[in-house]
Amino acid sequence: MYAYDEIDRTLVNERVSEFRDQVKRRLSGELTEDEFKILRLQNGVYLQLHAYMFRVAIPYGTLATNQLRALAHVARKYDRGYGHFTTRQNIQFNWIKLAELPDALADLAKVGIHAMQTSGNNMRNVTSDQWAGVAPGEIEDPRIWSELIRQHTTLHPEFSFLPRKFKIAITASDHDRAAIKIHDIGLKLIKNEEGETGFEVLVGGGLGRTPFIGKTIKHFVHGRDILSYIEAILRVYNQYGRRDNIYKARIKILVHELGIEKFSREVEEEWQHIRNSSLQIDDEVIEDIRSRFTYPNYEKLPHMPDELRQATADADFEAWRKNSVSPHKVQGYSIVTISLKPIGAPPGDATAEQMDALADLADKYSFGEIRVGHEQNLALPHVAKRDLPALWKALDKLGLATPNVNLITDIIACPGLDYCSLANARSIPIAQELTRRFANHELANLIGRLHINISGCINACGHHHVGHIGILGVEKNGEEIYQITIGGRADEAAALGNLIGPGVKFDEVADVIEDVVEAYLALRERPEELFIDTVKRLGVEPFKERVYATR
Amino acid sequence: MPLVNGGKIADDSFVKLAVDTPLPESGDILVPAERFVGEAEVLLKRAGRVGVIWPNSRDIDELVPYLGKVAAVALVFPTFRDGRAYSQARLLRERYNYRGELRATGQILRDQFVFMLRAGFDSFEVKKQADAEAFMQTAKRYSVFYQPTGDGRITALHRRMQLRHSEGVGT
Ligand code: HEM
Ligand code: SF4
Repeated sequence: MYAYDEIDRTLVNERVSEFRDQVKRRLSGELTEDEFKILRLQNGVYLQLHAYMFRVAIPYGTLATNQLRALAHVARKYDRGYGHFTTRQNIQFNWIKLAELPDALADLAKVGIHAMQTSGNNMRNVTSDQWAGVAPGEIEDPRIWSELIRQHTTLHPEFSFLPRKFKIAITASDHDRAAIKIHDIGLKLIKNEEGETGFEVLVGGGLGRTPFIGKTIKHFVHGRDILSYIEAILRVYNQYGRRDNIYKARIKILVHELGIEKFSREVEEEWQHIRNSSLQIDDEVIEDIRSRFTYPNYEKLPHMPDELRQATADADFEAWRKNSVSPHKVQGYSIVTISLKPIGAPPGDATAEQMDALADLADKYSFGEIRVGHEQNLALPHVAKRDLPALWKALDKLGLATPNVNLITDIIACPGLDYCSLANARSIPIAQELTRRFANHELANLIGRLHINISGCINACGHHHVGHIGILGVEKNGEEIYQITIGGRADEAAALGNLIGPGVKFDEVADVIEDVVEAYLALRERPEELFIDTVKRLGVEPFKERVYATR
Repeated sequence: MPLVNGGKIADDSFVKLAVDTPLPESGDILVPAERFVGEAEVLLKRAGRVGVIWPNSRDIDELVPYLGKVAAVALVFPTFRDGRAYSQARLLRERYNYRGELRATGQILRDQFVFMLRAGFDSFEVKKQADAEAFMQTAKRYSVFYQPTGDGRITALHRRMQLRHSEGVGT
């Protein structure tokens, strides 16, 4: 866990007081809606279909239990009793009153949580691997660097009015859980031949209307130079990024239009001017940040405790353990993923009661720490294996033990027409219907790892391009039509999915997905061949045939 | 439009010229970039100070040869969403050591003052009178800064180091 000190807390409080003043000026009419819009966005406040929506940052996905309780408090006091965890390591509240927002922010500030730059054309919440610090085999805890970058980019005077929003993601593992290839800047922690820590830097990834997989701009940037290198990229982007057309303003378009070679030459030139400036970070600074991350006092525990051995006789427990429990770097411990995807419910929602209860469980079983992943699930990062059976029972009581992590009902979906003013189609009801169709655990298990991602419009908040199966809602002649892609993925082998054919109507989506899945079950070479691998081997054609032959 | 200079509402000694306004005999003038570059020699020989209005889409490097001779550089925020002039300001101050007046013009609201000060602006053509009056109060809004910029304010990272070292001395 990272502990805010007095300096960090002061900044957050100053930000709250500034926003309080801005809201006051808006309510008195001193600020027009047009002027206020950009200011509220910089504080995570959207005007949505029904009300204001409030987006709170969870930097690199790490939460302490008092922070989770504060989020529960906001849900209860200022909203309708629940919050929505998103693909960006954020939580959103959908029903907040503008006049109460400063108070909600002040309540969150007490526990070191803020909503700075969760929206607007600036540097967004820095995201990272939700297993950071506990994943076996990672180079080092990527959150130390995430925090360094978070601080550097917070209220950055030059990068608060960029052409468009800007997102950085960091991973330190070969298996990428942070989806770095679909971010404006993706950073992969690596060691060079001298054993020094640095980064492979990718640039220009992103989804939305024009999806791109990020390209490597530099194979190794030393840790001490990472801030100056990022600053160089952003400065080039700020000056040359397009502002004439909002749809072409993201850095991916600039990189695409200039070509990665020319773009990287521009960055290199800028970087040479600033790399030896005060942006260079010495080891002492990194050590200071590192020292404010605390790690649990792990016990020496057996690999296979008796409690766990006994529980394995219970098939329900085993079903859950198989997909929710992952190896930890410390023997005797596990990482537990908590599915926020119960059958028939909107993906990513959690009630205030669930958040509070989870905080209690994290205190009891996970050294007071919770993680939020981009799949809209939570995780407890340090659970002793002997506690797994007890934890499972407790989670089950809360409705948080659905054994579907990474299975077909572990769906990522944006809010779509139910909440979003930009939506063309519904997302949540599609997700709900699909979870019902595939509710049978044996079937889901037989299918194996399969990610469905749903977006209610081209903005791609549900990451549909990189879903193994992607579903995109569009509008045609006043009707909701869904385009279906297959073969996308967001991990280290990130790829964009391909369309399987013409879009289908709302009522047909679940049938079509069933057809695709049946086709896969018939086509796979052996049970271990995952859907995504079958698609890679065979391409779109056989799936297309299966789906459209009868339609 | 009120001008804030040196932290206070001030009179503007500069008269803005258009591309084709006849050149006044004397007095301080602010000239659009294209005219400035075209007539620099004539303009700089004249009595009175000369400043230049530099658009945010024009390469700032082109201005560098004149920096020792101009009395003011006015950078433009066509809307407050367009932040290109922040980069230009930092380049002028930090890379090219420009020490003259650096003016923010266009759509300037109190909510940008802190960002602008940090980027190196010291003079502001403010849109609303109330915002101009709130300058000092608004400029002091933040006491913590995370990133180093040319305004020289100590960053959070370095303040922590100092605190640590001073604690170290005591114990
Ligand atoms: C309900 C209010 C929301 C609005 C108005 C909204 C708006 C947008 C817009 C306009 C974009 C496209 C930006 C661009 O490409 O330049 C976008 C992208 C994105 N949004 Fe949302 N969004 C909302 C909710 C969400 C939610 C709930 C999630 C997560 C579940 C989310 C995650 C994302 C992500 C990951 C992207 C980036 C796609 C990319 O890589 O380009 N958003 N959003
Ligand atoms: S993808 Fe479209 S519909 Fe869905 S949340 Fe984003 S903007 Fe709204």
